[in-house]
Amino acid sequence: MAIKPAGTLYRGKVGMWSWVLHRISGVGIFFFLLVHVLDTALVRVSPEAYNIVIESYKTPVVGLAELGLVGAILFHGLNGLRVIAIDFWSKGTKYQSVMFWVVITVTVVAVAGFTPMHLARVFGH
Amino acid sequence: MMSVTIETPNRPRTRKQANWEKYGWLFMRVSGPLLIVLIFTHLVVNLVLGDGIKAIDFAFVAGKWADPFWQVWDLAMLWLALIHGTNGMRTIVNDYAGQVKVRRALTTTLWAVCALLILLGTLVIFTFDPCPAGASAELLASFCPAQ
Repeated sequence: MAIKPAGTLYRGKVGMWSWVLHRISGVGIFFFLLVHVLDTALVRVSPEAYNIVIESYKTPVVGLAELGLVGAILFHGLNGLRVIAIDFWSKGTKYQSVMFWVVITVTVVAVAGFTPMHLARVFGH
Repeated sequence: MMSVTIETPNRPRTRKQANWEKYGWLFMRVSGPLLIVLIFTHLVVNLVLGDGIKAIDFAFVAGKWADPFWQVWDLAMLWLALIHGTNGMRTIVNDYAGQVKVRRALTTTLWAVCALLILLGTLVIFTFDPCPAGASAELLASFCPAQ
């Protein structure tokens, strides 16, 4: 009878998926950062140039994308603290899974709190 | 169980050069918590307080950068975020770029873009004029003489 491999402590579990999410969120934030430095640099061109470009941040599509951006930043920052705790705290590895779910919960709660306020501004008049 | 005995174990690796990979690892863990304070505050001030995204325009930026506190805040955010982000991208490139030439080209491009944006951002923060002459008054902050 074929024996199903038992897997490891890492593969397919919280350790792996937190690593995947950390990478994806990090790359996303990096590319936004490149754009954000450039759009802010327009204040040095003229007030009109900056205002025209920053208006696009208030459109419905970009406004919705900003929720994803805020979520990515929250997750990446909090999970980074988890990584530091795993590296430097003696009980870090023991609680790494618990800490992952704390990171997810805090991120979801914060984005849920921010969403109605932000969308009211984006879709309101 | 068989035990393996190494007859003449190698001496631990000694280096004469600085261990840059270690300093990179350390930089990520030092800049990370600083960036949390810098960026989370940036998000609260710009997207949560007041009218949030609706209030952001040239006059809003002028109001912030007329104060040296926010100039230094944004400068620290610019430098730390770009170096932290570029070093993270370098780690990913090292993981997935198989060929040496491709890896070198990508990491060189990453650091070039990083240096360029740090230079641009730093110049913008320090040469910024919150009340530029000749600009239409309704676009400027209330503290500008043209108002």
